[in-house]
Amino acid sequence: MDFVWIDFTDAAFVQPLLLTLKVASLATAAALVLGVAAAYALSRRSFIGRDFLDAVCTLPMVMPPTVLGYYLLVFIGRKGVIGEWLLETFGIRLMFTWQGAVIAAAVVAFPLVFKSARAALEGVGRQYENAARTLGQGELSVFLRVSFPLAFRGILSGCMLAFARAMGEFGATLMVAGNLPGRTQTLSLAVYSAVQAGNDGLANTLVLVISLVCVIILMTTGKLLQPRF
Amino acid sequence: MRFELDIQKRMRSGKEEFLLRSAFSSSDRALVLFGPSGSGKTLTLQAMAGMLTPDEGVIRINGREVFDSGKGVNVPARQRRVGYLFQDYALFPHLTVEQNIGFGLKPLFGRLNGRGRRRVRELMAVFGLEKLADQKPSTLSGGQQQRAALARALAPEPEALLLDEPFSALDQPLRLRMREELSGILKHFDIPTVMVTHDSDEAESFAETVVVYRDGSVAGMHSTRDAARRGESLSEAIRAEVALAYE
Repeated sequence: MDFVWIDFTDAAFVQPLLLTLKVASLATAAALVLGVAAAYALSRRSFIGRDFLDAVCTLPMVMPPTVLGYYLLVFIGRKGVIGEWLLETFGIRLMFTWQGAVIAAAVVAFPLVFKSARAALEGVGRQYENAARTLGQGELSVFLRVSFPLAFRGILSGCMLAFARAMGEFGATLMVAGNLPGRTQTLSLAVYSAVQAGNDGLANTLVLVISLVCVIILMTTGKLLQPRF
Repeated sequence: MRFELDIQKRMRSGKEEFLLRSAFSSSDRALVLFGPSGSGKTLTLQAMAGMLTPDEGVIRINGREVFDSGKGVNVPARQRRVGYLFQDYALFPHLTVEQNIGFGLKPLFGRLNGRGRRRVRELMAVFGLEKLADQKPSTLSGGQQQRAALARALAPEPEALLLDEPFSALDQPLRLRMREELSGILKHFDIPTVMVTHDSDEAESFAETVVVYRDGSVAGMHSTRDAARRGESLSEAIRAEVALAYE
């Protein structure tokens, strides 16, 4: 094996790294907003089909990424339900773009935010929310001033896991965005290409960087989940 | 002040069914809902505050209709203008004492205005909490937590104060002291109060009218005035109720 380190300013390393950070950040942001909203709705309202919705929200965590990728093709592909409409109305193409990679990563990362947020919000005592209501606060205020801050650490840890997962996303991204160097080639796809091309030095560097980031994220998450009050 | 209430609520937990049938009307300013745990007194208090929606009935606080199933009226908790003291105080653990007290006065975005800041300072002075202003509730003693929670409930100037077992989280010696302190504070703020308790001494020392609960319904009502007319004292009436409840 060739353990030679490559130049850190090499475009073959820098481009996938920057793209990955961009894709993973945006995907995490999307997963945060949607995941917390879904978690709050499901933890505070009881309605018929709630368990089914919970299962659907968790599904991307257990389904093969290729299956998710296929679903995404069906929806946002050029001939897809939403994809065709987007293309015709706005001229927006998602397939084989980094925006498509963001959507793939967001779908895969969503359950991690959703699950953590749901657990954290379930853990917020209802008496705090009721106290805020008797103090004249509306529902938005109750959420922003009480529920969210009290569940914040759990939600943040979910976001970090989601970020790690989004960074490592491979299967769905490959199907939706392809593996175009400089355009949609993220770190995990670059590792695959480097190994295929026999470029062990590049593969080693990429793998090390990914591993390091994931370890840091897991350690921070562990710290966040320690009890505080 | 007049509290009028006539409500029904069917609750289910597992296979157990509980029927709350709560009705009373009183123009006294210090009302006690008295009974053993699980008799429906706290549920009644929650219904008054708007945290529990009855299946049917009417609730009026000082002539103001806050709930009427027949007319489809259900004023949300945030508009009922009642202060609520929770059994475990429910101080927001992520906020300081000062922020807790100012919670109901602060807009969602932005800061407390001058009037709000003055009100918070005034309340901290009345409750002797100035030195604890920047501390988190978890560092406070039970008595201090109760004072902070009371100050928080009183800050938005509610029309009535609802107290759910206010002393049950305190040690016995402190309980007696806080009972006296609370009486003084209620006199100071001159606010109509409804208190839930299962302690006959507390009921006696606090009530002008006692509403006795048993198995989800009102089993009797005693007021100081009626007792005096019959040549009895309220404590005798309460003691008789206790004997009935625990026989």
